[in-house]
Amino acid sequence: METFVPPVPSRINYLNAQYGLKSWLLTKDHKRIALLYLGSISVFFLIGGLYAMFIRLELLTPQADLLQSTTYNKVFTQHGIIMVFFFLIPSIPATLGNFLIPMMIGAKDLAFPRINLLSWYIYMLGGIVTIYALLAGGVDTGWTFYTPFSTTFSNSYVVATGLGIFINGFSSILTGLNFIVTIHTMRAPGMTWFRLPLFIWSHYATSLIMILGTPVIAITILLLAFERLAHIGIFDPAVGGDPILFQHLFWFYSHPAVYIMVLPGMGVISELIANFSRKNIFGYSFVAFSSLAIAVFGFLVWGHHLFVAGQSLYAGMIFSFLSFAVAIPSAIKVFNWTATLYKASISYDTPMLYALGFIGLFTIGGMTGLFVAALATDVHLSDTYFVVAHFHYIMVGGTLLAYLGGLHYWWPKISGRMYPEGWGRFAALIIFVGFHLTFMPQFILGYMGMPRRYHVYPPEFQVLHVLSTAGASILGVGLLIPLVYLIWSMRYGKIAEGNPWHLPGLEWRTQSPPPTENFEYTPIVTWEAYEFAPPEEMQVVGKFRNEVVERS
Amino acid sequence: MSEHIVSRNVYLIIFLSLMVGTAITVVAAFQDFPGPMNVIVAMTIAVVKATLVVLYFMHVRYSSRLIWVIVASALFWMGILFALTLSDYWTRGWL
Amino acid sequence: MAESYAVEHEASHPGLQHHFANMEQQREAGTLGMWVFLVTEIMFFGGMFLAYTLYRSKYPEAFAVASNHLDIKLGAVNTAVLILSSLTMAMAVFSTQIGRLRAQVVYLALTIVLGLVFLGIKAVEYHEKYVDHLIPGTLIPGNPFNPHLELPTGVSMRHVEMFYWIYFAMTGMHAVHMVIGIGIMSVLLYFAAKGRFSPEYHSPVEVSGLYWHFVDIVWIFLFPLLYLLGRHLGGHAG
Repeated sequence: METFVPPVPSRINYLNAQYGLKSWLLTKDHKRIALLYLGSISVFFLIGGLYAMFIRLELLTPQADLLQSTTYNKVFTQHGIIMVFFFLIPSIPATLGNFLIPMMIGAKDLAFPRINLLSWYIYMLGGIVTIYALLAGGVDTGWTFYTPFSTTFSNSYVVATGLGIFINGFSSILTGLNFIVTIHTMRAPGMTWFRLPLFIWSHYATSLIMILGTPVIAITILLLAFERLAHIGIFDPAVGGDPILFQHLFWFYSHPAVYIMVLPGMGVISELIANFSRKNIFGYSFVAFSSLAIAVFGFLVWGHHLFVAGQSLYAGMIFSFLSFAVAIPSAIKVFNWTATLYKASISYDTPMLYALGFIGLFTIGGMTGLFVAALATDVHLSDTYFVVAHFHYIMVGGTLLAYLGGLHYWWPKISGRMYPEGWGRFAALIIFVGFHLTFMPQFILGYMGMPRRYHVYPPEFQVLHVLSTAGASILGVGLLIPLVYLIWSMRYGKIAEGNPWHLPGLEWRTQSPPPTENFEYTPIVTWEAYEFAPPEEMQVVGKFRNEVVERS
Repeated sequence: MSEHIVSRNVYLIIFLSLMVGTAITVVAAFQDFPGPMNVIVAMTIAVVKATLVVLYFMHVRYSSRLIWVIVASALFWMGILFALTLSDYWTRGWL
Repeated sequence: MAESYAVEHEASHPGLQHHFANMEQQREAGTLGMWVFLVTEIMFFGGMFLAYTLYRSKYPEAFAVASNHLDIKLGAVNTAVLILSSLTMAMAVFSTQIGRLRAQVVYLALTIVLGLVFLGIKAVEYHEKYVDHLIPGTLIPGNPFNPHLELPTGVSMRHVEMFYWIYFAMTGMHAVHMVIGIGIMSVLLYFAAKGRFSPEYHSPVEVSGLYWHFVDIVWIFLFPLLYLLGRHLGGHAG
């Protein structure tokens, strides 16, 4: 009986396997594509952040003294479009998902590597078209493009921007398609569904939403564009059309889109909580199924954006009830994460700080969602800053924090270097404080009646706006810090071993950075997810070893 | 190869059924049926034709359960889009 | 102590991509991928079918009048053409599966020809609409919607125009998909003529067939919904 000798890890990894621009721009390696996305997504985040800066600067004073009204309309519209379509939707799936999914399931790559590269090029094309539209004069309809303003009355680059978003949608669809097929067909031997990391479950659920929802926004944008260009359409009351049909079609995608934004974040948080507590997630199958439940239920609630738009009251009641129901699977996740922390061996490294922040901020965001899901209170709160605060708690407090936490957690795997832990924790705290100071006052502002999308307001709201802008500055500084030290670490950071955190996940059982084909040999999985062994049994310093714990 | 190869005869039978279905639907279109029956007849024939194409030309009859689930889910999701949107329009006059 | 490695020894088919373990996995992934893509297409067309359903239920008489001016003969012929092309497509896949590579090439070519016939008939129909000033809005600048139609009382010309907008949007989008399909078939024909496909490796033909059949199914619904909705109300043929 021959003994199998694991191979000595090579110094070649996916970063140095090939050099040159062509090797990056024509790569089929999912890890390189993930880095291409990381770069472009960061650029779009900066652009969206600049728009946010202008919004907060303008809102420092009750008068319209920084920007004209149309300009202000363009600024908040473009902030929304860039952040939603070009940052939040692709962020975690296209960077962390692309990088990690094949590794976590023991595959060499995604099912369709060339389609993966194509999805990045489509993303860039959509981004360039949108940036062109912004530079040419911008769009002022709100990121929601409501008709008839967008079809008939707006004098801005609606069609060009719409085209950019339409193109970008294909990137999303192809990514989701790739993930679904990969997870179904390319799991390593022994990697059953219920041994998958929860990161995979949540990305699978996200991909379902991408596949089912994105085509509807695609046709909606096309119909909007044709209506604007050809002066005939199905949203125009003058010909018997209904503007609310646009809202139905728009929100059929855009509500599930917010779950596209947050579900991958939840997957990251499951990983962070389990791994930094050295404990299996409490109720693994509940968390797995809740991801699917969120994906399904998320498609049933879009009418809660139309409560005050003229939708029938009876439909409103149905949607309100369903909106309460969709909170349940999210709550299940929060309870299970918290239960995981109980009596766990917690290490407060930077990724864990982001995860803990996520749980708190996402809970606040989710609970405030109930206020707007209830018909009566929504009449008061709709189109106020309360809604703005609600979704920023989830998008920034949730998704962005999860993205940063995941980036830090997997940074050694991606780059082969550790980030500086002290600076990491410092930045996380600054971001947390800055975030609260920015958005907590906005709940109060909204409750007091401050409408969204206005830049002129009664003077008694100014104190809260000043607090919010101060918070935004702190948040902005906090976000720049990781940008600096992560780039710094690529050259000067401490060199990371294969499994610097000493964790059981499959992605940690190969060197850091990984070789192009991820593993020296196809793994055969015989362990459950999050099976933690005592530290002395975990010796994976750049080597590939079986880590089954003998059970008596 | 673990796939089932559908025979040429099956394809011909399905093709003829589809042509017959088309003829029937055209003839039925000119008959004035009571109430909403015209559209019900037309849609039923269309659904039958589409089902034949899906099951036999697209081999779903011989495919894995996963494919069945995917086809069913797509139709279900289109159903959600229709049902909940129309629930708004068809109840607007109620209040 | 469980083994934790699998050592790959398989000699591989030239069509096997390096990240797949074997041809079966590759075929499964390809088929699943195309079905997932078709789901997106169903939802894409679904939005337009929703708009159609909504406005037909709101303006039934206007839609009936408008529909009766579509050419039912050409529409029916087109339906038959597409169904026949689905047969030839299925036969192309079948031929590849049993190794009849000459027949495969012939059937693929026939499918393309039938697709072009469909588009040709569509072009004739669109031209007829242009001549009758039935093109809505400013789609053709300088040629506004201005047909000589007798409308029953209570029927608004604007709702008739709405029907034609939906007609052009849906059949136009369908035609775009036909063009893409013909493009895909042409690429397939090229490789089939070079002998690329075989009983062991025919998944691209099968998967493209799925796309083609889907486009056929969309038309199976478009034809009765657009062409046949008002015929029983005394609509004249063509």
